[in-house]
Order: sequence, then structure tokens, then C-alpha cells
Amino acid sequence: MGDQHASAQAQPATANLDELRDLARRLRREVLIMTTEAGSGHPSSSFSAVEILTQLYFGGILRYNPQQPHWPDRDRFILSKGHAAPILYAVLAEAGYFPKDELKTLRKLGSPLEGHPNMRRLPGVEASTGSLGQGLSIGLGHALAARLDGRDYQVYVMLGDGEIEEGQVWEAAMAAANQKVGNLIAIVDNNRYQQTSAVSKVTDPALYDDKWAAFGWKVLEIDGHDLEQVRDALIAARDEKSGPVVIIAHTIKGKGLKIFEEDYTWHGRALPKDKLAEALEELG
Amino acid sequence: MNLGTEVGLKMGKATRDAFGEALRDIGRENPAVVVVDGDVSNSTRTEWFGKEFPDRFFDVGIAESNLVGVASGLAANGKIPVAASFAAFLLCNAYDQIRMGVAYPHLNVKLVGSHAGISIGEDGPSQMAIEDVALACALPGVVVLVPADEHAARAATRAMIAYDGPTYLRVGRPNVPVVYDENVQIEIGKAITVREGGDVTIIANGLMVAAALDAAARLAGQGIEARVLDMHTVKPLDEAAVAAAARETGGIVVAEEHLHHGGLGSVVAMAVARLHPCRMGFVDLDDTYAQSGTGEELLREYGLTADRIVEEATRIVRGG
Ligand SMILES: Cc1ncc(C[n+]2csc(CCOP(=O)(O)OP(=O)(O)O)c2C)c(N)n1
Ligand SMILES: [Mg+2]
Repeated sequence: MGDQHASAQAQPATANLDELRDLARRLRREVLIMTTEAGSGHPSSSFSAVEILTQLYFGGILRYNPQQPHWPDRDRFILSKGHAAPILYAVLAEAGYFPKDELKTLRKLGSPLEGHPNMRRLPGVEASTGSLGQGLSIGLGHALAARLDGRDYQVYVMLGDGEIEEGQVWEAAMAAANQKVGNLIAIVDNNRYQQTSAVSKVTDPALYDDKWAAFGWKVLEIDGHDLEQVRDALIAARDEKSGPVVIIAHTIKGKGLKIFEEDYTWHGRALPKDKLAEALEELG
Repeated sequence: MNLGTEVGLKMGKATRDAFGEALRDIGRENPAVVVVDGDVSNSTRTEWFGKEFPDRFFDVGIAESNLVGVASGLAANGKIPVAASFAAFLLCNAYDQIRMGVAYPHLNVKLVGSHAGISIGEDGPSQMAIEDVALACALPGVVVLVPADEHAARAATRAMIAYDGPTYLRVGRPNVPVVYDENVQIEIGKAITVREGGDVTIIANGLMVAAALDAAARLAGQGIEARVLDMHTVKPLDEAAVAAAARETGGIVVAEEHLHHGGLGSVVAMAVARLHPCRMGFVDLDDTYAQSGTGEELLREYGLTADRIVEEATRIVRGG
């Protein structure tokens, strides 16, 4: 490994909330443009996660180096809700993993920007996801590898609130608490909707906090669109070394675009081309 | 979808649409039929049943292994549960539950996997079932159905419900050409001869039946008359039809939207080896995942085409 001693400071970082807010706005635009160009994808599932990923990658939280995607000491971010790939791709391009120009190849033949993240084809993607419920187990594996290798990296896993209906998530939660991994952080994008209904039709989301706590996790609850709260929670979670932490981020599915926010059936649908200009205006 | 055009087939509905319609119709006739889905009913089309029969429709959330277990319990009580999700998540995520809760106890669960094959397109490999037929065929006593068009999908749905025992029905996302008229019957385990011919046989299922017909038309232009068999039931296989094809035409090309290993090709090859060895060719996904792209592009990119069927058929006929 030639990149053992890569700098931890390689990533662009800012603590300036105005700059981050502006970046979040631009990332939403990128997501919308690329999914509309592709004619399919999950922009609304991406929009609820924008502030969290913005703060994580550009607020100086995540340790990474786009020039050395496999740097062993990097922090890991795993997008377990893989259908939100567009926001991950926008963030990775912004971070410099690949040229922004490639964003417009989303979902096209030959492009490494597949409909769901593929770790074999795109640098910066830590796990191939798209079948829900699997990312936290993989994250736990990374966290345990850090312990074995004597490394101090953090592992962040983003899950959907519908996704955590999968039993495997709770298998991972139990095992992580049992292993007392202090470097594993789950972030639940609690946007209240899944594919065909409100999450509340299937399970009671209000009980999620209790569930994680009962499974031995430390629980932080925040407004997932408030960059300050996001930052404070990510730092608190990172600094907690006694065991795993979950951040329940209350978010709005489709945040930023009225028609998405008001109608969950936009799940898995791209905005048609004739609506794009108006929508971009709304995003600013 | 550029399939069946050379023989003038008209574009029809997706097989998942026909399944959803048939299921709703059957629901009106048979109160024992219930549905268990996992937050994808707008994709599998079980939502049409669910809207009309909300009391007999259970969305258990994004939890496929739970879904199959629930279906098992319902079947043990005389219900006829249709357990539906994307084929990839149903077969791959819940395989042990299928094994222990459906196949081993031989319960009357109707597994239905939608979005099968690479023709789903842009969503990419994580959502594409390319191994589902192999997995389903590996389960003792499970009937495996792969209908070619909307009419066959309706008939297959009826056949599946009428049959007493565990079944797997594979349906697709995109609209596909209409091969049959609405009176087509699907008899489990009985292939349909879609085209007569004595020089070579093309055995296909799913959307590759339309590609097989295109190929047969082209072969006819070269003086090669191809028999086309729609092997809508992969298991139990119509061995008599396979043996007759081997004996009477001397060569068989198998075409399917599935991985090479363990699919229709493997099943047919085993029968051929045992009953009447002959030359064979295979048009399928050769030990690879696909990628994102339009369904049509992917079929071409991975060689699931009439061209490839013609190539294999001519090679066989020429003794290559
Ligand atoms: C195992 C599995 N089952 C079903 C799906 C289909 N699916 C894709 S996204 C989705 C809903 C996800 O909801 P949630 O986790 O709340 O994510 P959101 O889009 O709301 O952020 C479903 C059911 C899948 N991708 N994987
Ligand atoms: Mg959600």
C-alpha cells in the first residue's frame, strides 16, 4: 500500500455554515439535473439526505482523500439506502473522486454511475448496495477490521427509515452493541415515507428511538436539515468511544422541492424534463 | 423493446401487469387467495388486488424473509398466499425462509417475483434477478413458471393458483410483444410449440420467445426451418417435447434472460444428455452481472438477441 501515509487533511473542508448551505443547494440541483437527464432514479430519497452528506463530507467530519480512495486510514461512509445514489455521486464528484462531468452519465450504458452504487466501478463507493438492509452489517465488519488492524477510522452508515424494517438491520444492531464498537455510527434518514406508504402504516417510527436504545445503542435525535445540529451530532457520535451511536435525523422526503415534499409517490421517479427549469428556480 | 418485430408481433403489456390484473380477477372468484407484499406492490402490481381486497392484502414492510414466513403460516391454514416482491429480493433475501417455510413442508405458497432479468434496465444489477430460476429450480417440488407475454402471464397466474403446491412465477418489468391470443392456456409442464420446424429447435421462455420467433424468421430466409418451443414451465420440464426436438431436429438452442448456470439451458441440457444427446447452443447471460442502461441496450450488450440465436442455430445446423 503506497498510500499508508496519506494526509488526513486532503479533503476540502469548511466550518462555514453559509458555504455549506450554498453547497447543499448546489448538490440538490446536481441531483435533480442528473436524474431528470437519466429519466429515472430517486431524487426525493436523495433530497432528504443532502444536509447530512454535505456536513459529513465538507464540514470536516469525514477523513478521506479522493486521490487515494483506498487509503487504509480513511473513514468509511456506507450508503445502505443505495437508491439515494444520486446524492452520493454528487458528493463524491464535488469531493474530487471523479470529474463532475460524469454525473450526466448516470444510469447510462457504460457509466460507472449505476442506478445503485457499485464499489467495483466507482471510487469512493465503500459498499455495493441497493438491496436494502445490508449496510449496517458491512459497516460492522469495517469497524471490527479497524480494531484488528489497530486503526482509528470511523464507519458511518446511512439507513432509510423504511429500510430498517429489514431484520438484518437489527441483527447488526445487536451484534454491534455486543462488540461495543465505538467507531460505528448509524444515521437514520427518518423521512417518514417508504416506497408505497408512510412508514407509520407499517411500523411506529416513534418507537425507533426506544428500539435502538433497547438494542444497546446510544441515540441522538436531530433535525436532519439543520446543518448545525447535524454537525454537532456527527461530532458527538464520533467522539463517543464506548459503543455504537445512532443519529435519528428527522428529515423531509424530497426536502427543497414542494411537489416532492407534498407527494410521497414521487419515490423512485425522476422529474420530467419539462418541469426541470421551474424546479431549478425553486431550488435556487 | 425491439423484439418480435421481424414477425410482426405487436407490443403488449408487461407480464407483471397481466399478473396483477389476473390476480385481482381471481380474487373476485376465490376468497382463499390472499397477498403478502413487501413495500413494492406498485411495482409487482399486487396493489390492484390490495385496493379491491384490503382485508386480504398484507404489506409486511421491507422485510422479505418475514414476508415468506408469513405466507407459509397463511398457507398452513388453507389460504392461498401470493408472496410477491422483486424476484431478486424474494428469492435471494428470503431463500432459507422459502426452503424451510415453503419447499420443505411443500406448502401451497405462490411465490411471484417481478422485475426479473436485465430488461429492467436503468436500476442496475442490485435490482435484477438473474439467478432466480436457478434458485427456484434447486428447491425440491417447486413448480417454476416463466411466461412469455401478457396472455401467457394471465394464464400462468390462473394455472399457478389452480395448482395445489408451491410455485414460483417470474414476471418482468417492461412491456413485451404479444405472442399469443387471449385464449392461450398454460398447462404446467407442457411446452407450447409456437412454430413448427424440422431443422433445428429453439427452446425459449420469457421475452426470449419473441426473439426466438425473429430468429426463426431469419433462419427461414436461409432455408433453415426452426421449431420454436415456449418452455414456460422450467420445472417440471416437458422432457417429451425436449426429447422429440432432439430426435426430430438434431440440435437445440436454448434462449433465456437468465444466467447460464442453472437456468433453462442447464435443465434442458440435462434432459438432452439423458434422453437423446444432440448439439446444443446457449443464448443467455454468461457468468456476469449486467449494469445500468436501457433494457433494450442491455439485451443487446449481453447478447440476448435474435442475432445470437441465429448464430448458434446456424453453427449447430452446419455441424459446428
Ligand atoms: C431488499 C429490498 N426490498 C425492496 C426494495 C425496493 N425499495 C427500494 S427503495 C424502497 C423504499 C425505501 O424506503 P426508505 O428506506 O424509507 O428510504 P427513503 O427513500 O424514504 O429514503 C424500497 C421498498 C429494495 N431496494 N431492497
Ligand atoms: Mg424513508
